[in-house]
Order: sequence, then C-alpha cells, then structure tokens
Amino acid sequence: MKLIDGYPEYMLESIKLVEEKREKNMSKTLKPMSLKEREKILSKFHPDYMKGTRREVRIGIDKGKIFYEGIVDLLEAKPVVNPEDVDISKIDYDIDLLIIGGGGAGTVAALFAYESGIPKDKILIVTKLRHGDANSMMAQGGIQAADRPEDSPVLHYLDIYGGGHFTNKPELARALALDAPLIIKWHEELGVMYDRQEDGEFQELSGGGTCRNRLHSCKDYSGMEIMRNIRDRARNLEIPVLEFCPIVELLMDDKGQVAGGIAFNLETYEYYVIRAKATILATGGSGRLHLANYPTTNHYGATGDGLVMAYHVGANLRDLDTIQIHPTGDAYPEPIVGILSTEKLRGLGAIPVNVNGDPFVFPLEPRDVESAALIRECREGRGIVTPTGMPGVWLDTPMIEIIHGEGTIAEKLAGELRKFNRFGIDMRKHPILVYPTLHYQNGGVEINEKTETRVPGLFAAGEVTGGVHGKNRLMGNSLLDYNVFGRRAGIYAAKYIKKAKIGKLTLDHLKKYNKMLEQAGIKTEKTAPILLPEYRGEKAISRALDIL
Amino acid sequence: MTKNKQVLVEKSKQKNKKDEKEGETGEVEVFVMGKSYKVPAGLTIMKALEYAGYRFIRGCGCRAGFCGACSTVYRIENEQKLGFDLACQKVVEDKMYLVQLPFVPASKAEYDINKIEPSDSILLTMYPEIARCVSCNTCTKSCPQDIEVMKYIQNAIRGDIAKCAELSFDCIQCGLCAMRCPADIKHYHVAQLARRLRGKYIDPKSKNLARRLKEIDERKFDTEIEKLMKMSKNEIVELYKNRKIEAEESIAAGGD
Repeated sequence: MKLIDGYPEYMLESIKLVEEKREKNMSKTLKPMSLKEREKILSKFHPDYMKGTRREVRIGIDKGKIFYEGIVDLLEAKPVVNPEDVDISKIDYDIDLLIIGGGGAGTVAALFAYESGIPKDKILIVTKLRHGDANSMMAQGGIQAADRPEDSPVLHYLDIYGGGHFTNKPELARALALDAPLIIKWHEELGVMYDRQEDGEFQELSGGGTCRNRLHSCKDYSGMEIMRNIRDRARNLEIPVLEFCPIVELLMDDKGQVAGGIAFNLETYEYYVIRAKATILATGGSGRLHLANYPTTNHYGATGDGLVMAYHVGANLRDLDTIQIHPTGDAYPEPIVGILSTEKLRGLGAIPVNVNGDPFVFPLEPRDVESAALIRECREGRGIVTPTGMPGVWLDTPMIEIIHGEGTIAEKLAGELRKFNRFGIDMRKHPILVYPTLHYQNGGVEINEKTETRVPGLFAAGEVTGGVHGKNRLMGNSLLDYNVFGRRAGIYAAKYIKKAKIGKLTLDHLKKYNKMLEQAGIKTEKTAPILLPEYRGEKAISRALDIL
Repeated sequence: MTKNKQVLVEKSKQKNKKDEKEGETGEVEVFVMGKSYKVPAGLTIMKALEYAGYRFIRGCGCRAGFCGACSTVYRIENEQKLGFDLACQKVVEDKMYLVQLPFVPASKAEYDINKIEPSDSILLTMYPEIARCVSCNTCTKSCPQDIEVMKYIQNAIRGDIAKCAELSFDCIQCGLCAMRCPADIKHYHVAQLARRLRGKYIDPKSKNLARRLKEIDERKFDTEIEKLMKMSKNEIVELYKNRKIEAEESIAAGGD
C-alpha cells in the first residue's frame, strides 16, 4: 500500500478535514459532561457496563461478587503449585521481609523498610522479570501532588473520590492526597529531574478529571525517570534482588499468618522456599489478561499473579468489576496498536476529533468517560478504520505546537515523537489515530491505610491493591499510588516485623483451596497464577511437543 | 549529490522494491540466531519471534520502548553494517539476521547521593574510564533512542553535569552503548549519576512545595478532609459537581 507521510490516502483525506477545522476547533472547546450525561454514556459504551464481560465468582471469600471474566477464570483455576511437589522443610532464604515484585511499589517499600531499620540482608525483592520491568517504568504523563497555592490536598481528595465514582475507600484516598507533596519532596532528594519553570516551581498540567493543574512530569518519561532514581538508590544500597524468580504461591504458618512464599526460577525450573516474617505483595496489574479482549499498554508480566496468590490465602478483593481503558491507545500503525499515547497530549491542548474533523467530547474527562465517548464515535460510524480493521479517532496533536510554540513536542513529548517517527508519521504536522486500550487494574487486594490486607503478615501496595481509586483511577494517581503506599508498606511492615513470630510453615491453604474447587463442582485443568501471557503463533503451538 | 547520499538513495530504492515484494507475498524471512523462519511482514521483531514459536522469558519487558530489555543486534543479508534497535519497536525486514542482547555485564559505581557533591570532577572520579573516550562515536551509532551518547560523555569529561543529564535524559538503559565501546565506558551508568546530581543539586527547588509541606505538617487540611470523608453521598456529589475546573478556563482562553 502506498503511504504518504506514513498514512494511506483515504486517511489523509480525513486528515484534510481535521486541518480545515483546526482553527475553529481550537477557538471553542466542548463543555465537560454533567454527572447524568457521564452515567448515560458509560452505561452504553464502557465495557464495565456491558453484558458478558463479567461474572460471579463461585468460591473463596468473595464468593458471589462480580469480577471480570478473565480474573474469575484465574480465581477458579487450580493453584499452580501442588503441595506434594515441594519440600518446605528446607528453607532457602530465611529473612524478615519478602517483597514480591520489583517494580515501583516493591522497590519503594524496600527502601523505606531499610530506612525503618530492617537490615538490607534481611530484605529480599523477588521479581518475575528484571528489577524495574513494570508498568511503573512506562507511565508517561506524570504524578499528581497538590502543591500550588491555588490547589490543596482537599481538592485533590475530592477529585480522587469523584473520579472513582465515590466508591473509593476514603482513608486510602486521604492518604494518597495528603502524602503526595511529601513524595515529590522525597523524589527531589533522590534526584528526580522534574520539569520546572526557571524559578524552580514545577510545570504543572491538568489531567482528565482534575480540577487543578497538579500534574508533575519529567518530559513524557515520568515513570521511567522516577523508577530509574528509585532503582539506583536500591542498587547503591545493595538491597538483594532475585530476578526471573516469580513467587508462585504464598506460604502460611500454623497460626494463619502469611510467612513468605515459594519462588520459581523461570530459567532452571527450581523452586526456592522463602520464609519471611512479613510479606509485601507488589505484583502490579493484569493488562496482559486482555480483559474484554482489549489490547493493552501493560508490560509483559502484568498477569494478575498477586490477586490469585492473595486469594488463595484468604485475602479479599474489590472493584475488579471494573477495568481502566485508557482513551488514547495507538490505533495506527499496526505494530504499535495498544501502546499508550500519553494523556499529557490532551493536557497540552490536543483535542480528539472524528472522521469529519469534528470534536465530540471535552478533552479532559475522567478516563472512563473519555474512553466511552471515543467508543461511541467509532460504533456510530464516525471513526476511521485502519487498513487492518482497527477503528480509531484522531487526536489532533499539531494543536500542541500552535498553542505552546514550535519545539514543544520535541521538548516535552520526546518519546511520543520518536515512536511515530519510526513509522514516518510526524505528529507535529499530522494528527495521530487513537482508540481505547486496557491500561490499569482499578481494583485488587483490599488494604487499609497501613497497607495491611485482612491476612496477618501480608501487606500490599501499588496496582495489585484495591480501594485507593475505587472504580476508576485518574491520571497521575498511579505513580503517586505506588510511592505513597509502597512507602507505607515498607514502614508498617518493618514495624510488624519487630513483633512477628513465625510458626510452623504450611501449604494447607492450597489443599483447602483445591477442596473448595471440588465442592463447588468446578472441574478445571487450568492453573494459576499464569506468570506469562501466551503469544506464540497458532501454528507453532499446534505442532508443539512436550518432550524435554 | 555526495557519494554517501547516492548510496542512501540507492538503498532506499532497493528497500522500496523489497517492500513491494513483501506486500505481494505478505511474508519475510528472518534468521533468529542464524535459523530461518518465515513470518508475516509488518510485525515487530518481538512479535515475529513469538509468531515463529518463541516464548520470551528474557529479552521482553514493557513491549513499548521504555525498559531496554529487548535490545537487538541485526544485519541484513549482503550488507556489512550491524543495526541496533529494540525488538518491540523495530519492524522485521526481509533477510534480517538477529540476536537479542538481554543483559549487559557492565559495572556500576556505588555511591550515596547524599554524600557526594556535583563538582566538575565527580563524574570522572566515579567513572575514570570516561577519560579514555576516543571519540569514535560508536556509542551514538548503537543507541536505539538516537541519543547523542558520545556528546554527553564529552560533557561528562568536561564536568558539565547539567548538559550530560539533559542530553542523556531519554536513555532507556539498554546498555548497547557500553557493549560497543572500545574504551569500556559504561555510558548509561555515568548518565544516571549525572541526572541524579542535576535533579538533586543543580535544578532550583520549588518554594510552593516547601510551603505546602509545612502546612501539611501543621495539619492544616486534616479537619477539612475529615469533613469530606464523613459527608453524605449527596453532599459530596454536589460539592464535586460544582467545583471549579481550572483546565476548562485555560483551554477556553486558549492560554497556557
């Protein structure tokens, strides 16, 4: 197919309309929706409200609750470890604090546990991939903190709570808003290079659903810059990290406490028994489950392992009847479908427009509402369909430089510019095509403001948890989440460790779980956690033999 | 037209021809560590390997160009030059020989950022080998992010921490630069230190943030948030609905 400036001709025709109407579109912005209008569009176009995306879970502590299908599938699968296969009498690592997950939440927790007096050789981070392979690394837009005089943590709280449709756990929303400035200060001390004005004040933008500009960014590599700093600090302190060794099940003791976990070496297939006085679950999200069949922005390891392991020991889950689809996933070209184009594009003034070049939604609605509006536009035939059949609408990126001046995109959106340039698309001159993509696990393991789950010895922080964002998270609150609650997890777990006494180790909870499955009449060959998604080609899989 | 340019034009013509051919068959041949596989044209290297039946453990991370796990070295048949890119970003080409480089055994200096100063010589002290840079520019050529790696190392040698930090900012720490360097420089580690020094010591600090922290310390917002937490749903919904939205005003005004 012949491409001009990266686009086939028929798409360029639509781009022409976008260009013609650009000036008019910029002069008048659509108003935000009322709460009633929001409800209406969500109920018609968001997967959270569709039939067939979710079902009741039949076993465990949340029996009867409704979660997304893909998550219930995991909860109703057999535990991947057969208790008969492992010898837990031989301890490979005997430590104070086991941290499961080497992303943002886990690493922050390790640093604050260390600051709280846990010796580094009594801390162990275990992670499925490499230290830092996490959604934390990929966040682009930024991190919220109410630090401007015209803003306040009270307004931030109100945004969090309203954005979450008033379903958040208030104590968690409070912690998120009130700890935020302290986190930014900590980042400053680590050396995070935030975008600043000449006088040292932060350049702050708006995100969807925020009533004040409070988004702190590091170009469009915010997550990467913060994670690099945190990880560098952990490396300098030589906090032990076990890579490519996911925890596959938690260990308990005869007093009903969580007491560590079984790690599985992905390269040698060995298992390791890790006994710990406290365990922090920081396994992140589940985008790679492709719930409701969406493509995802998430990293390779985001398979919801933490939810499953926590459920096996009796921790409860919440708000998993919702997923966050991010309005602006890439819809074109094909190799980058599903990858994120940051919300910062809209924060800087880019407006979504349809095939006719007409705007159809206030650009900074909360993510679920904005996504629903994009889906409506495509379902009702006002989207653009790519040569591979992917629908999308335009995000008119050239507006950014008209508003903020030439060079803004290269300076503030270097990653985005680089991504599209690879395919011959210059986003400074032409709009980009976007469609919602699976981005974030709104809910998860319920915690309190000390990051405790309902099972003693088990703490949790970051995307794996539920309650902080209720049924919808706002932009810039996930980087904040893992910092605020990673820090709290490290501090409170350290406190807990000082009094904790571990009894006799057991895997009886897995036996019980298997029995529960049996009693509920669930016959399944599936096991969970699944650890990695399956992307091999059909032909290759169909002819695979399990010989080695 | 210079000779170089002519070569480029020729190459691009050939490439277009190749593209047409690919369009016809819809398949390209790639050599994974020398072994031939036919894969659909248009896939990224990562997806092509998966299509062929590989299941990644190493060499695959964020799948979106941020983590540096999938650095790949490649060469097109009958060409001399090695190419360097990310498997998750680069689209396969016909007759591409490829190997992944998922780990780099480069040493990193250990330091406590609180106990060092952003002096002109700090980067040289921590990483003395940067003085051995022979300006061959191989690092720059091997960078999948197109960062001016050699230039930031030159800035590091001169003690310009701020510039080194700025030029290296988009680094995803894949380590390809360090693997190619004849002087054993660990560019990406040097740059990490420069950025931390700049963020911590060189960039001016926010007064607003300091003031807000003091207010939080004095518990200025506690009562008000407490009030919101105890509000009935109707009350807080009203409050939420009627809050003033800054972005609405600034977008309408076409301002910054």
